[in-house]
Amino acid sequence: MTKSSKADFKSRFVLERQDFQCLLDALNGQGYRLIAPTPRDGAVVYDEIAAVSDLPIGLTDEQERGTYRLKDGDPGRLFGCGLGPHSWKKFLYPAELRLWNAHANGSLAITPDDHHPERLALIGVRACELGALRVLDRVLSGGQYHDTVYEAQRDHLFIVAVNCGRAGNTCFCASMNTGPRAESGFDLALTEILEPERHYFVVEVGSEAGQRLFDGVPHQSALEADVQKATTIIETTATHMGRHLDTTGIKDLLYANFENSEWDEVAARCLTCGNCTLVCPTCFCTTVEDVAELTGASAQRIRRWDSCFTMDFSYVVGGHVRASARSRYRQWLTHKLAAWIDQFGSSGCVGCGRCITWCPVGIDLTEEAKTIRAHSQPKPETKSRKKIHHENT
Amino acid sequence: MSTLDFVTVPVNVSDPMIPRVYRVLRTRWNTGDTFSLELVPQEGGDIPAFEPGQFNMVYIYGVGEIPISISGDPARRDLLIHTTRAVGTVTHSMSKLNVDDTLGVRGPFGSAWPVELGRGKDIVIVAGGIGLAPLRPAMYRILANREQYGRVVLLYGARTPADVLYRKELEQWRSQFDLDVFVTVDRATGNWRGSVGLVTQLIGRAPFDPLNSMAIVCGPELMMRFTTMELMKRGISGNNIYISLERNMKCGIGLCGHCQLGSVFVCKDGPVFQHSQVEHLLTRWEL
Repeated sequence: MTKSSKADFKSRFVLERQDFQCLLDALNGQGYRLIAPTPRDGAVVYDEIAAVSDLPIGLTDEQERGTYRLKDGDPGRLFGCGLGPHSWKKFLYPAELRLWNAHANGSLAITPDDHHPERLALIGVRACELGALRVLDRVLSGGQYHDTVYEAQRDHLFIVAVNCGRAGNTCFCASMNTGPRAESGFDLALTEILEPERHYFVVEVGSEAGQRLFDGVPHQSALEADVQKATTIIETTATHMGRHLDTTGIKDLLYANFENSEWDEVAARCLTCGNCTLVCPTCFCTTVEDVAELTGASAQRIRRWDSCFTMDFSYVVGGHVRASARSRYRQWLTHKLAAWIDQFGSSGCVGCGRCITWCPVGIDLTEEAKTIRAHSQPKPETKSRKKIHHENT
Repeated sequence: MSTLDFVTVPVNVSDPMIPRVYRVLRTRWNTGDTFSLELVPQEGGDIPAFEPGQFNMVYIYGVGEIPISISGDPARRDLLIHTTRAVGTVTHSMSKLNVDDTLGVRGPFGSAWPVELGRGKDIVIVAGGIGLAPLRPAMYRILANREQYGRVVLLYGARTPADVLYRKELEQWRSQFDLDVFVTVDRATGNWRGSVGLVTQLIGRAPFDPLNSMAIVCGPELMMRFTTMELMKRGISGNNIYISLERNMKCGIGLCGHCQLGSVFVCKDGPVFQHSQVEHLLTRWEL
């Protein structure tokens, strides 16, 4: 699914559970490596799978702030688990990327690295995660400078979306208008229907590539009743969001509450560990590191994911711009929910809830935003401006 | 499974992330801790065209890469000049480079002093310390088109007489009848008989028409805040004042996120900003 493709193909089909492997085989046959949720070490991660049996079959999860547990779910269900700690970002925007290699035999010589995009089939992409890819598209290839590695990989994806049949406790995609239904940006979108007598998927085709691939997979046309069942499942999910975020005027709210004393309160709990930024599907900050060989003969430039929660992130000669935990949490939240809108035309949050689940001390972004709203101490920018003038005239 | 039928086209990391190799043509200590490097492309050819106020990402082999403003004449395409203080790991290594040593340069990046907007106006240049370095290309540009401007005033403050940057050039400019150059130091040492005090104290008596002036200011952030206050007290509108900001930068192209200041990326939206655009951001501690 290239980012420019649109879901003009709204034809719907039915794929029986026993034919699911055929879908994977068809993707394999087109040279795609299969990436899907798979259970590992007590969590669901995204990694290569060989067969349908590698999916977290029959499992579901329990999520709360600072809590994640896999447990038995509906026997046989393929996509009963919600989101794990991984996001698809890591396949497009690697956590570690070598940019170039330098040699210094007398004179400096720099050799850029070539990056080969891979044909990847992402299987089980949720609506909020499609939203996250749209956000990354704007950040990494919507401006003056583009991330060419991201763009090349983006053009080599086949996306099999899965509509959510269950909302997690930390989910709030409905608040962020990204889900639970996959609206666009996929090649195929599945809704899993598990009945006592029958286990099948209602499939929506979202692109020509999706149609071409699905032609080679056994399927039937969907009956109106099947489509209705799928719609009901998604609608029910939408009403069961574990979290809610009121986004009304949130940009101005956060800008105006820069000095709110509630930031001190959250800073007292925040460990500034950066977990939230690492599980976030849209956090894009990176640093570069020079790794020199012990002999000094060569040095590599490595780009790594970075986090605005570290002190060094803002270091300039003379000190760290954001030295306090208060300022760093505020930066993250205000960037994600407010400044992002000015920078890229949309919120940086897609409502996936990972930052809530994976925060070791259980800080809840939706609660923090709510607290700021409830205890809003607006300090309009114009007022502070006047004050400064007054003091000096 | 075979992926051989689907050979994908390799891509390089985007070009702006790949340094070009430059050779040191000349080194010069300007003051006790500040030095200039004159650089030429190792493979020959011109340096990329740049605008006054823009910066490069300068890479020292095996040490690291930092943003440094360009200090040379934008009319010259044969020579790249960087002036910087030896204060950190990279700048210390940089200060030890010798003639014919090589380093990497990416750029130029960022916004520029919009000196063309100052045509027909008086130009007030206010520099603090090393802040004179990114302003020098603007001075060259203005001097090359001197007839297009009204009065041109340069106000420069250094810590001590020994810290005065580009001293010979300042003396040359001060001797010109078409420039008003004032230099002050925070602390007088030795046989200094010039002005003593903050650069902001020069603004009140500087010869320019506040209602028809453009000011460009560079120095420590606090100095710029007080300088702009003084300029505005004289009657220059915040729309006609430009400042240059400094933040941590890793990419220089708005992708790494380090230089954010509120909703702006200092590397690509700046480093030069219209003061009225960023005034509200500068008064927010730890933004």
